[in-house]
Order: sequence, then structure tokens, then C-alpha cells
Amino acid sequence: MSDQNIFYVRTEEAPRLPAPPSQQGITGWLWNNIFASMADYSTPSKAISSILMIGMTLFTAYSLVWMTWTMLDFAIFSATFSDPAGGKRETCLANGGACWPFIQAKWYQFMYGFYPKEEIWRVQLSMVMLAIGTLWMVLPMMPARGKVAAIMLFVYPIVVFVLLNGGPVEHGTDDIGRIVAGVWFPLIAAGVCFAAWWLTRDGKMGDVAMALSPAMLMATVVLGAFAVLPLITLGIDLTLGTEIVETNKWGGLTITLVVAIFGIVISLPVGVLLALGRQSNAPIIKYSSVLFIEVVRGIPLISVLFFASAMLPYFLEPGVDFNKLLRAMIGVAMFASAYMAEVIRGGLQAMPKGQYEGGMSLGLSFWQQMRLIILPQALTTVIPGIVNTFIGMFKDTTLVLIISIFDLLGILSATLKDPEWSTPTTAYTGYLVISIIYFIFCFGMSRYSVYMEKKLDRSHR
Amino acid sequence: MSVEQTNVTPRGGMTVSDEVAIQITGMNKWYGQFHVLRDIDLTVYQGERIVVCGPSGSGKSTLIRCINALEEHQAGSITVDNTLLSSDLKNIDKIRSEVGMCFQHFNLFPHLTILENCTLAPIWVRKIPKKEAIETAMHYLEKVKIPDQANKYPGQLSGGQQQRVAIARSLCMKPRIMLFDEPTSALDPEMIKEVLDTMIQLAEEGMTMICVTHEMGFARQVANRVIFMADGQIVEQNEPEGFFNNPQSERTQQFLSQILGH
Repeated sequence: MSDQNIFYVRTEEAPRLPAPPSQQGITGWLWNNIFASMADYSTPSKAISSILMIGMTLFTAYSLVWMTWTMLDFAIFSATFSDPAGGKRETCLANGGACWPFIQAKWYQFMYGFYPKEEIWRVQLSMVMLAIGTLWMVLPMMPARGKVAAIMLFVYPIVVFVLLNGGPVEHGTDDIGRIVAGVWFPLIAAGVCFAAWWLTRDGKMGDVAMALSPAMLMATVVLGAFAVLPLITLGIDLTLGTEIVETNKWGGLTITLVVAIFGIVISLPVGVLLALGRQSNAPIIKYSSVLFIEVVRGIPLISVLFFASAMLPYFLEPGVDFNKLLRAMIGVAMFASAYMAEVIRGGLQAMPKGQYEGGMSLGLSFWQQMRLIILPQALTTVIPGIVNTFIGMFKDTTLVLIISIFDLLGILSATLKDPEWSTPTTAYTGYLVISIIYFIFCFGMSRYSVYMEKKLDRSHR
Repeated sequence: MSVEQTNVTPRGGMTVSDEVAIQITGMNKWYGQFHVLRDIDLTVYQGERIVVCGPSGSGKSTLIRCINALEEHQAGSITVDNTLLSSDLKNIDKIRSEVGMCFQHFNLFPHLTILENCTLAPIWVRKIPKKEAIETAMHYLEKVKIPDQANKYPGQLSGGQQQRVAIARSLCMKPRIMLFDEPTSALDPEMIKEVLDTMIQLAEEGMTMICVTHEMGFARQVANRVIFMADGQIVEQNEPEGFFNNPQSERTQQFLSQILGH
């Protein structure tokens, strides 16, 4: 070792060379991704592997071409596109492929179910508002996105309910009087709760009172909703003069969206509260959260829906009715909340203790720490899990069809029973269309989540 | 082990007053059955710079974390700025907003920019208008010499820069007392100096400081008082001169020979 010369000084710069052709351009890409793995015959084992790769590549290419061709043949080349003569099933039977006139004939039901035709503008208006609102929230260049999001969360559901369902009263003056009479009690109660919250919130009335003050605020909001909602619906109803369309006439994509969006909007905040509750030091809060999450996760959604539709009437007083759609929506939202809580708990556990301590040492209160420091980071961490739950729930809404609520899939099953359109390919065409509709929504959510992840990930920039 | 209670009055000087900043009396703390802090008595005067040292596991960090209630103590009393630390959340929040703290791992908020890190607490806790909070934040960022990084995220800064941001973030709350929990232990050697320089500058301006640190050069240069802890007790405290040149207890001598020996 000692007599080796290790002295070295570089005297000139090593040249910077362009990358070899195999690293660039379309030929480089083709070489690296397709041909490189089948070009080595230097040893027997490498030769065998290259030959196997050739076989697998050919097989994959053949399968791709075959599947694409079959699909195109079904959907386009052998398909029936129009039915000018009104032959219905005969027209479609003539060709072997997809029966598109069936979709044209039933499209209305796919979208709106049995909603009366003359009132359809109400559903369309709701959907247009939903599309505009969602796009506004999602596109980064739009101004005031926070305000739009607040409107979509708190005002839009009320507007949609009133639009779709129609006003809660007939337009007699008696009914208006009845509504106003029903409002004064929750209004006064909300006022009392608000005053109680105002007095207790800064701890001047003692610690116990301060601990109760968030509950007072919540009671104010709930009672306020009971007071304000009838007034708002009354107002909208009086201006629009809409007729009531019972929820059993709703259907198709409308129902799917109503149930899914209700679930999404409820499950995120409730999931956050349940996840925080599960980490709480207070035993009552902790164990009631655990109980809710574990019970809901432990039973199948179908059994809850069945219970809600078939069993609940036995437990209620005769004559007391509780809207079936509302029951299904609450069931779906409960399920989504329980799953969401566990996803969010994962995010909370991923937060280092130092983040809590950093917030505490600056004097931030618990809720400020949560809102400003912990939740923004924890939720960003678990965006894939949150969107996964959303997508799962969007598709789980099809389960409402077993309690005869006709969502998108339920409507398809119903229309398939129509003998006028009964051909061997009708069902395939229908399921293809439904699949595409579901795929557009789910893939959209998935891509948006990828975009959000990239946008919010600041830790490694 | 000999526990010597030498009563040291703070070194006279322009910055140290007779006003008591922190008074700890008969404080005890347990982790389960483990007695981490035993009978701690400590008086810190306004403007004092105290360095706490000792072997790992001796309760140094736990002691200063008790002062702003990041850890709960089970017996004895802690009074910060005439506010008694109890389980009352209002007192805890008041003390935390008066006492700044810097951590070994900085604990900056990675999802907020440097400027937002510095303005968060003034805006939400002190209810200062945003514009004013930004001005204050820029003032302190200039003081720690990183105003040009204000719109970056913590992940884009070096460790030394992050720790200086953490100091600026605490200063934005205009604290009367600063606690440092091993602020240079997670840093590369090159970056330790820039953080220590910031702390020295802070000390020269008369900030009351308690530092848990192994930087003995820093202790000699800026401390009025060095406290040596072992096994959850304060074993010895003295002026830096006397502490380093003439340690009294055997435990202290052993510790100093370990860390200064090479």
C-alpha cells in the first residue's frame, strides 16, 4: 500500500457528451421499452429469456388488438344507431352489435327516473348548478373559490332539496301561518343557546360552563337550521310555485348523485370529528366514537338498508313515516363517515408529535392547532385514502336498489324488463353505457386527487 | 452522590434585574413509576441567561418543557411572570404565549411558508392585524438574516436556516422568556455557528433565556449561570467561570472531564 502512488490532479475538464441514442427519441423509447429485453442471445439462459419475451410481447399485442377490435365491432361496426321505422327490437335484432336506439329511448329514465316530464327543468337546473359549482371549485384560476365552496356546501343542498322535492306546503295562507307558527320555538331556543355560548365561551362563567360552550354552539346551529330551513323553503316555494314531486318518482343518475354527494359532504366533517374523538382523552367521547366506528364497520351496508326500509316501520308508531330515500341517504352517509374516520385517523397518526408541540408552544388553542396545523397536513397525507373512500361510496350507492330505490343501475335493470326492447345485446349495451358513466365520475375524482396531491405536497420541494 | 446546594445570586450586570421571571419551588415529576424530576428549586431573574447541561436522561429537557406546560408536573409549583402554572387552560395559554420555545427538530410547519409560519400565532393568538404581523415577521426574519427566504417553504431551507426561522417565529410573539431545547443538536457542524450567533445576539439584547445545550463554548461566552443536572436533580449551579474551572461535586467533575477531555 505504502509505495503506491495515490497522487492525482485533474488538469483538464472531462468533456460533457450527449446521451447515447438508446436514451432519447422515439427509437430510444421503443428500444428501451420493447426490443431491449429480446435482443440478448449471448448465453443460453439469456437466449431463452429473450425468446420468451418475444412470445409474451406477441401474445400481449394480439390480445390488445383482438379486444379493441371486438369492442369496436360491438359498439360501432355491427351496431344499430338509429331506429327511424320504430321497429324497436326488430331493428336491433337485424344487426348483431350494440342497440343504441334503446339507450336513446331510455336516456331520460337513466338520467331522471320517473320524474314528471313537465317538471324536468328542476332537475336539469340542479345539475347545471352542480356542474358549474363543482367546476368553479375545482379550477384553480377561478376567483373566490372558498366562498363558492361554502355556498355549494351549505346553500346548494337546501336549494336542490326545494327544487327537486318542491315546496313543503300548498299555497294557502293557513299553511304559511302554520309554518311561521312552527318556526318561533326553535328560533327562541336557538337564541337562548347562542346567548349561553356567548357568555360561557371565554371561561368567565367557570370551567364547566366553558367546556359546555361548544355544545351550546352546536345546539344553536341545529336549532337555527330547524328555524331557518322552513323559512327558506317557504320563500323559494312562494317565488317559484313548484309542485311536490315525491321522492319515489326520483331515479337514475339524479338519485345516484343525490345519495353520493350527500354522503361525500357529510362523511368528511363527521369523519374528522370521529377521528379526533377516537384520539380524545375524554373516555365518553373516545368510547362513543370507537363504538360508532366499530359497529358501523362491522355490519354490511345492505343489512342497514334493509333494516331501514323493512324493519323500521315496525318500531315506529303507525302513521309516522320517515322518507325512504332519506333513510338510505343517512345509512350511506353513516357508513362513509365510519370508513372516513379511520382513513383520517391514519393521517393524524402520521403527524409527528413536534407539530403539536410547535403549535402548543406558540399558545395556539387545541382547535386552532387542529384547524391551522394538524388537519391541513393530515388530510393532505391521506388524500388517496379519502378519494378511495369517496369512489367506493359512489359505487356503493347502487346498493339502494335492493330497497327499490331506482338509482342508475336500478333504472337500467328496470328498463331491461321492457319486452319491446328485448334483444340479446340490449343488456350489454345498457351495462356498457352505465359503466362508462360511472367510470367518468370515478376517474374524474381519481385524477383530481392526483392533481391535489401534487399541488399540496410542499414537504420535499 | 453529594447534592450541594450552593446558593448563587445572579451575576450583576446591566441586563440582570431583581425581578423574578420564573420561580420553581419543590417541583417533582413522574413518568408512571419513574421519578424524572426530583425536588427542583430554581429562580430565574429577568434578563438572566441560564445554560442547563448534564448527561442524557438527566431531565434537562423535561425541566424546561415543564415551564411552558408541554409536560405536566405532579408536585410543587411553577410561576412564570407571576402567573401560577396550574391545570387551568387559560393560565397555560397565557404562559405559552409569553414564553417562546425552540426545539431540537425545529418543528416548523411544513405546509406553510416561512412568513406564514411567523405570522400564524401573532394573527390567531395575539389577534394582530395581518399587515402588522407581516411587518413584525419581516423585522425578525431580517434579524436572523433570512428575509429573502420569506416565501419559501421550510423543506427548501437548510437545517441552520430552519432553526433561525424557528427562533424568529418565537420572537414574533414578543416573548419575555425564551427556552431552547438542544437547538444545535440536530445540525451539521457548519450550521451550528450561525444558530449560536443568533442566540448570542439575542442574549446581548437582554432576553431571559434558558438553554439546554452541550455547546460549552456558548455557555462560557453568554451564560450568567450554568446548571448541572443528573438523575433528575439539580446537582450544581454556578457562574460559568467557577463551574468550568472549579467544579465542586464529583458528578460534575466526572461529566466535565467526559465532555471536555478530548
